[in-house]
Amino acid sequence: MSESLTRIAKEGLWSNNIVFSQSIALCPLLAVTGTTTNGLGMGLATTAVLMACNLLISYGRLLIPPEIRIPVFVALIAMVVTLVDMVMNAWLHELHKVLGLFIPLIVTNCAILGRAEAYASRKPPVYALFDGLMMGLGFTLALVVLGAAREISGSGTLFANASLLLGQGFAWLETTLISEYRGFLLMALPPGGFVMLGFILAGKRLLDKRLARRAARNAAIEQPLAENV
Amino acid sequence: MIVPNRETLLQFAAVQWQKLRRQFDDLDALRQRLDYQTYLLAVCALAASLLLGIGDLITKGSIAEREAEDLRATLGQVLPEALYDNDVLASLRVIPSAGEGTGLDRTEVFVAKKGAEVTGVAFKMLATGGYAGSLTLMLGLDREGKILGVRVISHAETPGLGDKVETSKSGWILGFNGRSLNNTSQQGWRVKKDGGDFDQFAGATITPRAVVKGVEGGLKFFERHRLELVGATD
Repeated sequence: MSESLTRIAKEGLWSNNIVFSQSIALCPLLAVTGTTTNGLGMGLATTAVLMACNLLISYGRLLIPPEIRIPVFVALIAMVVTLVDMVMNAWLHELHKVLGLFIPLIVTNCAILGRAEAYASRKPPVYALFDGLMMGLGFTLALVVLGAAREISGSGTLFANASLLLGQGFAWLETTLISEYRGFLLMALPPGGFVMLGFILAGKRLLDKRLARRAARNAAIEQPLAENV
Repeated sequence: MIVPNRETLLQFAAVQWQKLRRQFDDLDALRQRLDYQTYLLAVCALAASLLLGIGDLITKGSIAEREAEDLRATLGQVLPEALYDNDVLASLRVIPSAGEGTGLDRTEVFVAKKGAEVTGVAFKMLATGGYAGSLTLMLGLDREGKILGVRVISHAETPGLGDKVETSKSGWILGFNGRSLNNTSQQGWRVKKDGGDFDQFAGATITPRAVVKGVEGGLKFFERHRLELVGATD
């Protein structure tokens, strides 16, 4: 069981990213990414849920028979999400007021069930926990990138209301990039999210292709050298 | 009748426990068994509901406190503090209002008093007919039925268009201050597009229309129950 942690990190953040590569979890993605701040909050909450679920399921993986794994996973995930919702409402009330609507949406995030099924139910707890962290951070990255793109094009600001989410210390994050911007409503609405996501996915494919070509070229150059030595 | 003594009971329990333990030695065989699967599912469901119950017990008090704080903050916006010296949250009156302008079957009215005299009321109500469902309003009135303040507490209107009813987006909703059924005619309780007194937003008429209609309904509700509410002195 010696799987390299860097590979897990790379898969979660880039090559097997929940949104950019697997193209799942689009329901919460499009619902919350109207602003960057909402995206960031949703991403962090999802990461917490993902890690908790992965850990629990990995511990129970030997006990859970494959025939009933789905109902067990669903019960666990629903429980964890409800607990997170209650705890946030009680002790992080300001944050809950911002994200409250979106927390129950985490249940609809098929990525959590997907990771439980594809990874956590087969690997030991440490790896499952780390996978949850990396997949969650990858999802957060996607939410923040899409949220920023939509917020800038939709209303000309970046990280609006960040101090509500992160505390007064982060008020400097709130910037108005385009002053006197009249706003582009389409981008603030879910259809705009689809459009922007399309552009981002296309950009990622393009980048991957270019990287692959460069890697191939480098390999071709290094080949004769290696033979000479 | 056989009365089992302590020792035999303990022995019996130990044997049973050993049996149970041994079953877990061969997990692969155990996982195939239908009864094990049933029990596991039941245990999972039980554990989940138990944890949720505990979580609810722990957080309930805190959540109620936070919500009371929120309510107090909203009340503070629609009822000026100088107006009352009682605990408004505690002086709650429930008025049956099915079919009336508040959009609720029972309207909870917070009564503000100075000394024994009622100086104002505030109540939560629904403004129906928004672009995306109903809007929840908090309406504060003085004892004559003049508006002290209106706030939209929750809504699902379009961001960038209908959400200008929030004070953080625009000051539109402050235009209701000082209005009453007496100083604004029946025709006046409409948006300008429909020949009334209130502005609509560029590109969004449905939301302001719903709010204006809702506020008027709230005023009518107060008018109907005015004696009952204002005349009441404990």
